[in-house]
Formats: sequence, C-alpha cells, structure tokens
Amino acid sequence: MSIYRTHILLPVDEGTVQAGVFEVKRRLESELQARKLQKEIKVLESGSVGLVGKGVILAVYPDRMYYFGVKENDIPRIIEEHLLKGRIVAGLAHAPVAAMAADQTGARVGLTREQRRVVLDKAWTVDPKNIHEVLAAGGYRALEKIFSDKLSPEQVIEEVKRSGLRGRGGAGFPTGMKWEFTRKAGGPEKYVICNADEGEPGTFKDRLILEGDPHKLIEAMTIAAYAIGAGRGFIYIRGEYGLSIERVQKAIDQAREFSLLGKNILETGFSFELEIKKGAGAYVCGEETALIESLEGKRGNPRVKPPYPVTHGLWQKPTAVNNVETLANIPAIINNGAGWFRKIGTDKCPGTKVFTILGHVEYPGLIETDMGTPLREIIFSFGGGIKGGKKFKAALLGGAAGVFLSEPLLDVKMDFENLKENKAVLGSGAVLVMNEDTSIVDMLFSIAKFFAHESCGQCSPCRIGTQQILQIIYRLRQGGGKAGDLETLLQLAETMFRSSLCPLGQSLVMPVKSALENFKDEFALAISQAEK
Amino acid sequence: MEAQALHIPDNVQYQELKKFIEASRDVPGPLIQVLHRAQKIFGYLPLEVQHFVARELDLPLSKVFGVVTFYNFFRMDPIGDHIVNLCLGTACHVKGASDIIKVLEKELGVKVGGTTADRFYTLSTARCFGACGLAPVMMLDEEVHGRLNPQKTVKILRDLKAEAQRAAEAINKEEK
Repeated sequence: MSIYRTHILLPVDEGTVQAGVFEVKRRLESELQARKLQKEIKVLESGSVGLVGKGVILAVYPDRMYYFGVKENDIPRIIEEHLLKGRIVAGLAHAPVAAMAADQTGARVGLTREQRRVVLDKAWTVDPKNIHEVLAAGGYRALEKIFSDKLSPEQVIEEVKRSGLRGRGGAGFPTGMKWEFTRKAGGPEKYVICNADEGEPGTFKDRLILEGDPHKLIEAMTIAAYAIGAGRGFIYIRGEYGLSIERVQKAIDQAREFSLLGKNILETGFSFELEIKKGAGAYVCGEETALIESLEGKRGNPRVKPPYPVTHGLWQKPTAVNNVETLANIPAIINNGAGWFRKIGTDKCPGTKVFTILGHVEYPGLIETDMGTPLREIIFSFGGGIKGGKKFKAALLGGAAGVFLSEPLLDVKMDFENLKENKAVLGSGAVLVMNEDTSIVDMLFSIAKFFAHESCGQCSPCRIGTQQILQIIYRLRQGGGKAGDLETLLQLAETMFRSSLCPLGQSLVMPVKSALENFKDEFALAISQAEK
Repeated sequence: MEAQALHIPDNVQYQELKKFIEASRDVPGPLIQVLHRAQKIFGYLPLEVQHFVARELDLPLSKVFGVVTFYNFFRMDPIGDHIVNLCLGTACHVKGASDIIKVLEKELGVKVGGTTADRFYTLSTARCFGACGLAPVMMLDEEVHGRLNPQKTVKILRDLKAEAQRAAEAINKEEK
C-alpha cells in the first residue's frame, strides 16, 4: 500500500451528487494525473459530511480544510494554489477564512464548530466502500475485543446496560434491557432486526450512518446477535433509500469475505447471517410490530402489545428491534467501556445524539452533539441562526409526530428527560425551525394531512380521528373556523391518544396540543377572523 | 380470472419473475420482495401479475392485493416513462412545496397520480425522502432535485422532455 501526502475527501450524498460531485471527481483525477500527482495525492469518496445545500464539498486532509460549492473549473486553481503551493484558495474556502466562521459570540458555527462524534466518527473520513480503510480506522475492533477478551453474552449485555444507552428511535427504551429480555426469552431461534425504515419527516440521520459507515452497523448487529443469541438478522431499509441499500449490501458482502459475518465468524464458531429487506413506503412500518409484519411479507398493520417483540417478534420468535443510531453506539461502548460512555451527555441520557437541523436556518444539515445540549445552541450555533436575519418563531422537534416549541422554551436541554418535563419529545432528533413568517395553522395542516394519509386504517380511533382533525384544521386554514373548534381538536386528539392501537394514532396529540397551547393567539385569531 | 389467465404467459417478463420467485422460495415471507421485483419488471402491478404472484407463492389473491394496496410504493396503473415524485413532508412544506405542486400540475396538465397524455410523465407525491436539507425536493425517477422553485421545476421537466425529443429525432434521422 502506498503512502500519500494528502488525501482529498469528496462527501457523496443526494445533495453533492446533484451538485456534480462525480464530475468534480473525474476532473480532479485527470488534473492530478496530468501533473503526475496521483501517487502523492489520493482522492476518496466519503459519506455525507452532514451539511447540505452547499454544493460539492471538498475536504483536504491532513490540512482539515474545506471547500464548498466546488465546480469543475475550480479544480486547477485548488491544485495549483493549495496542493502545490500550500496556499488556501480564499474565495472557496469555508473556514477559517470565510466570514461565516464566526457568529456574534465568536464561537465557530456550522461545520467547523467542534462536534463530538461517536456515532458518525468515521462517516466522512473513510471510504465506506472499502473495508480495508474501515478496518484501519478501527472498524470491527469491538467485535474482535469481545472474542479475544472472551466476553460472554451476559457480560456484553451487562456492559450495554451499564452504559445507560437508550433507544434513539424515539421511545428511549434502555437498549441493554431490551437485549436481556430477548436473551432470557425461551427457544433456540431468535432474531435481531435493525429498524432503518427512517420515515419521520425531517429526519435523515440513519441515512448518513447507512451510507457513511455501514460496517459499523454490521459490527453492532453482529454484537447484538451474539449477546441475545440470534443466528439471523435483518436490516429493514426503506425503499426510497437506494444508495443506502447499495452501500449496506456492499458492506455485507465485504464483511462476509473477511469472515466478519456469516458462518464461523473469526473462527470462533459463532455464526450470524444478515440480510437487507427493502421496505415499500409506509410510515407506520417504523413502528416495530408493523415492521415485523412487513418483514413477514404482510400488510404493515401494527400488532397489539403485549406481547412485545422481545418474546413474540418475527415469526413469533424472540426478537430485538433496534434503531440504526442506537446500534451505531454499540462498538464505541464495547471499545471504550460503559464508564467512558456515561461521561458523555447527561446522567439519565448518556451519549451523543444526532440532530437534523432544517427549515429556516442558515446551515441546514446534520450534527452530532452531546445529549442535553440546549436547543438554542443547536439552532443558533450549529445551525447558524435564522436565515436572512428573520426572527425565530417556532421549532418542531421530532418530526411530524413531534412538538411545536415557542421562544420561551428555547433554552430547553435536548434529552429524553428534560424534554419530557417540558411536555416535549426528542423523537427522531429532527429540529425543524420556522421563522416569523410561518403560519403554525398551515404547518399543523400539513402534519394532519400526513397523519391522515399514513394512518394504516386498522383501528378506528386513528382511521377516523385523523380525518376529523384534518377537516377541522383545513376549515380553520381556509378561514372557516368556528367557536369550539379548538376544544374539539384537543378532544379528538386526546381520544386518539388514549384509544389508538399504536404510536402513530397516539402521537398526533403532540403536535396538535403543543401548537394550540404555544400558539394559542394564532389559532384564536383564525377563529375570530372567520366569525367577523 | 379464468383458468387460461393462470397459465404462465410465454414471455420474458414472466419468465424473469418466475426465476426470481424460484430463487426466493426458501426465504420466509418473500411477498414484498417479489412484488418489488415484479414492479421493476412490469413497471406496475396489474391484477394479472398479482394473480401470477399469488399462484406462484401459493397465497390467496386477496392477500397479494392487500399488500399491493397497503404500500405507497406499489402501483396498479401503468405509468409514464418518467416519474415526478414531489415530497410533501414537513420540511418541504415549510419551504413551499405546496407552490411547487401547483406548478407541476399546471405544467403537466394532470393532477397528482395522473399521467400525461403522451405517457411521458407521471405525477406523484411522497412523504419525506430524507433529503430535507435540500427542501423543497422532488425525485425525477431515481434522481433527487432539490432547492426547487417554480422556474427551476419547469425547466427540469422541459429539459428532460426536450432531450428525449432530440434523441428520438436523431434515431428517426438515422433510420431514414
């Protein structure tokens, strides 16, 4: 293997592909070749850097220099100036040269702001398609550690339990306990499932892990299988995520080739078969029992709980269903120990959380930061504040099944416990920011429409309730509100919360109630204007 | 359907599907994966294909139909050469997706779910592709187009159409 003096990373995701990352790459390679630099400078594709809408991003290592919005024609200049003469191309550079590098408080914002990355540590510094790089960067070390230290499944579960890791899919259930229940459930046949049916609007964190570091997921699922005693696993990926499916499949094939997956892993006698199942576009399949139904090839109707999947899951066998981000924490916990993990984040919610910041912010994208980071910091420091100098009005946390927060709650700490105390939820980690021009009535309409469309129709509170709520909000939005509408809305949402079968129907109450409570005046105005 | 419809139609498409079904016999619960493949082969899932799948997998037709109608991804009507899929998720909504849908409907002259008379475009909507940072977003076939505004949207559609027309003319010329 040759040694290069410089590595150039080109993050590949939907945004950069659209902006022409492959054209830039071709040009870069041909220009390097023309200058006979191809043996000194290596060009790599990496996973997404998490920042979107900035065109093609080009990172130069070890200089840690980022260029944004790179066009094919910029390449000669970057080579001549930066790579040959070591001078930063100021016009294209992101930081520290560009003005956006500092906000009013002097803290660095956006991509350059320090992020603690546990889950996404490798996602944009290695080529996810190349297992050699992944291994060199520490991939599969946790799996090796388990076997070389001869950790028993119980010891692995104990370590995960002690770490305090909680499920990142939204519910926040302790992962170690889930594994323990599955392990203790009877029978020889067990399954581990990764829920990669990321359908919560405004969320694309799992996508970055799937595309940027698929090997981490495979490693984590193998560890999970070892811990609970499963021989087979499935990754349920939503059908829209074409690139994710491709990357994960490639990673599975490579891992198998290296005896890190499949029969007799690392010659330990432990075997684990893993395959991808492609979803077909149903939001409700993000609910674990609906996902299991779908895996069995049926309509994704949620099951009545209990019994829970830990005892009666796929084919009625004990099954552990974990979110992508949850699993992506596992290798680091095994490598560094539960004590290390507990030092990050808050007491009751250790670790980091991946957030997607969207809407009217300066730098929409994805960040990873400690649990318990204040919302204000996420929006104004990481997200760069409200775009175009407008005022902040609301943030919708956790996607469509989320909660509207207004200005007074900006200092809330972002973790399961603190948000719960403030009648909010962490959900998937989506933070949708709205400026002063946004109509909350209109936003709520969009959410109601979403729920009405995605209700699976199995239970009547949800099937009928979502339609009724949609009709009332539609009327409100069209200026046809009536006295009593708001009370009816709350009552309907509350009824759905109490009587729906699954979290889909139970969660519409969150956006409805929070919108009505935190933006009372706006709804009252909608009604009083209609009555005039 | 009558018995003759159940005979394996003697064409490549059905043979390809049959091959896939044979290969996935040992996999438990293969229906959704089989339907994915069938839709890839046929472009959509007419009743005839559903019948075929039901028989091959030894499932009642009602079950196949139930699955096809449950999931957003499966279609029972033929579609145009290209699918325009606009995201109506919350992030896209806040960035003005509802204006884009009006532009699309006007430009194509069809409502959501419709196919243009020349069978070139089918207009469809979806809830979140996970490309929210680029909102508002649409997928044209497999490709994501983000940061849409009305002008850009129209241009994308017209460009593809023009390109297809040029290609068709070039072929015509060659044939002459």
